[in-house]
Amino acid sequence: MALRTPSLRRVARWVPALCVALAMLVLAGCSPDGYPQTTLAPKADFAELLDKVFRRSFQLATIVFFLVEGALVWALFRFRGKPGDAEPEQTHGNAMLEVVWTVIPAVILVFIAIPTIQTIFKTAEAPTDNPLVIEVTGHQWWWEFRYPEYNLVTAGDMHVPVGRTVDLRMTTGDVVHSFWTPQLAGKRDVFPKRDNRLWFRTETAGLYPGQCAEFCGTQHARMAFQVVAQEPAEFDAWRTGLAAVGAPADSGAPAPDSLVAQGQQLFAMKGCVGCHMVTAVGAPTMVGPNLAGIGSRTMIASGWLPNTDENLARWIMNPQAVKVGVLMPNLGLNDEEATALVAYLRSLRVAPAPAAVATTAAGN
Amino acid sequence: MSTIAMGHAGTEAAPAEKKGLWSWITTVDHKRIGILYGVTAFLFFLIGGLEALLIRWQLGAPDKTFLSPEAYNQLFTMHGTTMIFLGVMPLSAMFFNYFIPLQIGARDVAFPRLNAYSYWVFLFGGLVLNASFLFNAAPDMGWFAYANLTSKQFSPGLNVDFWIIGLQILGIASLAAAVNFFVTIINLRAPGMKMMRMPMFVWMSLITQVLLLLAFPIITVALVLLMLDRNFGTHFFVPSGGGDPVLWQHLFWLFGHPEVYILILPAFGVVSEILPVFSRKPLFGYAAMVFSGCFIAFLGFGVWSHHMFSTGMGPMADTVFSLGTMLIAIPTGVKIFNWIGTVWGGSIQYKTPMYFALGFVAMFIIGGLSGVMHASPPADLQQTDSYFIVAHFHYVLFGGSIFALTAGAYYWFPKMTGRMLSESLGKVHFWLMFLGFNLTFAPMHILGLNGMPRRVYTYSAGMGFEFWNAIETAGSLVLGFSFLVFIWNILRSLKAGEVAPADPWHGATLEWSIPSPPQEWNFAVEPTVDGRDPLWEERRAKGGTLPEPERVSGAGIHLPSPSYWPIVTAFGTAMTLVGFLMHVTLWVILAGLAITMLGIFSWAFEPADH
Repeated sequence: MALRTPSLRRVARWVPALCVALAMLVLAGCSPDGYPQTTLAPKADFAELLDKVFRRSFQLATIVFFLVEGALVWALFRFRGKPGDAEPEQTHGNAMLEVVWTVIPAVILVFIAIPTIQTIFKTAEAPTDNPLVIEVTGHQWWWEFRYPEYNLVTAGDMHVPVGRTVDLRMTTGDVVHSFWTPQLAGKRDVFPKRDNRLWFRTETAGLYPGQCAEFCGTQHARMAFQVVAQEPAEFDAWRTGLAAVGAPADSGAPAPDSLVAQGQQLFAMKGCVGCHMVTAVGAPTMVGPNLAGIGSRTMIASGWLPNTDENLARWIMNPQAVKVGVLMPNLGLNDEEATALVAYLRSLRVAPAPAAVATTAAGN
Repeated sequence: MSTIAMGHAGTEAAPAEKKGLWSWITTVDHKRIGILYGVTAFLFFLIGGLEALLIRWQLGAPDKTFLSPEAYNQLFTMHGTTMIFLGVMPLSAMFFNYFIPLQIGARDVAFPRLNAYSYWVFLFGGLVLNASFLFNAAPDMGWFAYANLTSKQFSPGLNVDFWIIGLQILGIASLAAAVNFFVTIINLRAPGMKMMRMPMFVWMSLITQVLLLLAFPIITVALVLLMLDRNFGTHFFVPSGGGDPVLWQHLFWLFGHPEVYILILPAFGVVSEILPVFSRKPLFGYAAMVFSGCFIAFLGFGVWSHHMFSTGMGPMADTVFSLGTMLIAIPTGVKIFNWIGTVWGGSIQYKTPMYFALGFVAMFIIGGLSGVMHASPPADLQQTDSYFIVAHFHYVLFGGSIFALTAGAYYWFPKMTGRMLSESLGKVHFWLMFLGFNLTFAPMHILGLNGMPRRVYTYSAGMGFEFWNAIETAGSLVLGFSFLVFIWNILRSLKAGEVAPADPWHGATLEWSIPSPPQEWNFAVEPTVDGRDPLWEERRAKGGTLPEPERVSGAGIHLPSPSYWPIVTAFGTAMTLVGFLMHVTLWVILAGLAITMLGIFSWAFEPADH
């Protein structure tokens, strides 16, 4: 390509270096490391199926990108007009060429369409391998998880066993939301009075953040959750532990004058009990999330605020300051009352806390 | 091109030059209305841009509290609504108004007063929509307004009502304008200008009008149903009464997807005018360009549910809508290859309009390719409602539409004002805009694929979103600054720009055969057209150069009289609809209807000359 002006030639010398630097930056940016919510490092079968189709279309798109942009840029240098140039040849088209560049994209699309359709039907199949059914309900702005097999309900953290397919039956208690755990599966919207399905099976224990992906009002951004994937034994320990929280058979009532007992009293007196249950077994859906196990959950206020004592106190003392628009009213707690309530809520824990959860909570 | 004398040679006096505010309020001249559209739309565009900058500032770092969630939700809703209905659509309307009659050799549009009415209704609609800010009730449920968040139960305020009424008013403007331009193009072409000789901009405009005529009634009906749900107790979209929120999604996207083509087809047209002129060779594959445009528009009505793959429509619907969407890539590809074919082998003149037109092609390719990726539902289940989609449609609507409309502004500014824009400022503008655009929107691909959802007022530290969001915010400042350069260039040229000749670019189409700016009657004599590039053919026939056309007195040329009835009728129309906004205020509705009726009757019985 003929570059005439010296300044342009000087710039051109830097083009390869710049391209390499840019490519490295973009590649570094594309690496899923450091993105806990990435779609590019699938950790469950459903997400892997989606990822395969994405990779195929991305590779083809990349090739087309370089060919077409390359042709364009090359033409821009090659056919640069000079003063005094004769009028270029007045071509009006080329039937052969136009047929070729109609057919080639069609062929490329076939290579995307085939895996697309295969995957659409594969992901639409209902799981038949004795899946664990979890009923997911979206609420403004938190997620509720119900385990019919164990007659349990929880919120915020969705515990699943590794190695067993999870079959999600999803709906909403109010407006449309969308359930999205990028590393495990794609999005599925939830509608009132509809039963939408999604499934996945992961073989890797760990914490997978997810969040609502359909705009659902003021706090759409703060409607997150965690999927806690555990080895079967740990998962069983969790569910039996959850079932025991707040139950009469639990290690006995707290000492009458302890902070926990004061908190328990406040929980009833201040009206918390009107919206929240503290037992998980067979509990109905209330206005607020079920609080059995809140003491050992990873996050509070719907999956984004680390579950520390300070955050918990801040949250119950002035919910509107932490998350404006939430239904939880300001109860006018003083510092002592808050401390007692935090102690009580902390006591509503599933012991022992799963290893992964403990690490995260400490890390935060 | 040859010329024949126009109609009745006359004894009438030359039309007096029109000046002053009153002349703008009563104008029915398509060129002045075009300028009104352009100035108004550009101001709304700047408001939409300011909203975008506030959004970007909020997202520049994690957990920022610069904007409250409520303010953020209002801003992203108004940014989308403004850019689509008050920015890109009326900026296209500026070019429709000014250049469809000029390119087809007509004196004006078919219905000059209806044209004025369209503009005033558009202006009132934009004002109503933005007046919501004064009541702290700007729409806050997204430009797509998904049910059932829009029900009275979950959105009790006036926010949704402002959006419904604003869009209804704007819809009337769009429909009236679409009828007008459709009839203009079909009926008012100069002798010899067969359909397959029309400039590509006119072709793409024609297709856009068809899309408008077919798509807007759908949103009108959907908005009426939503209004009934909110104010009259019906349950079209309310599940507790047996309604279905998914029905809204179908209705909205049945309008919304053709709307995308309403936003991009005029851009295709503008670029198809500029690339040949600055490559000094005709558009490559004219017929293929026409038919691919028609095909895109036709398919555009059959792919709406690709916005809804995550709703769980079932594998058969997913497959059909996916394949239909992929099919659109073929005619779109044809267009891109034909644009490259146009510059290929040409003698490229690197003027500012060409920079922007080529920038359009380069950026639109990226938007097209990411579009093919989420045409595949499995990939889309991860990409939809993530920043990957935000990146995609900004490459289409900013990298596409805005780059092309800016190209059009540089290309036609000399014709509209009689002044040249500065080439050096234009190129500074281009490089700043190109850089700022890519810094702002390219990283969104990365963020989306790495799990950042859309429409979030903030994100937590530790999600990995910090770095690219900071880069994007920096990029948005560069992008914003580039428009200051543009504004400076315009103001500077209006004041002291080089005087533009009739044909500064060696154009091919009829608008370059008349003085810059054109006189009120456009063509003193009606042109006759023998080919697709009439001016080039005439120039060749006359040995290379054409004499500068002279300004003539215009004596004997009949022009439609100015009228204030369009603005009165438009005011009545807007007032009627605003009555529905204010919790259904009967006297406002009746007064509005009365004014509308008065306007229509006075308009109908207005004498031709007075």
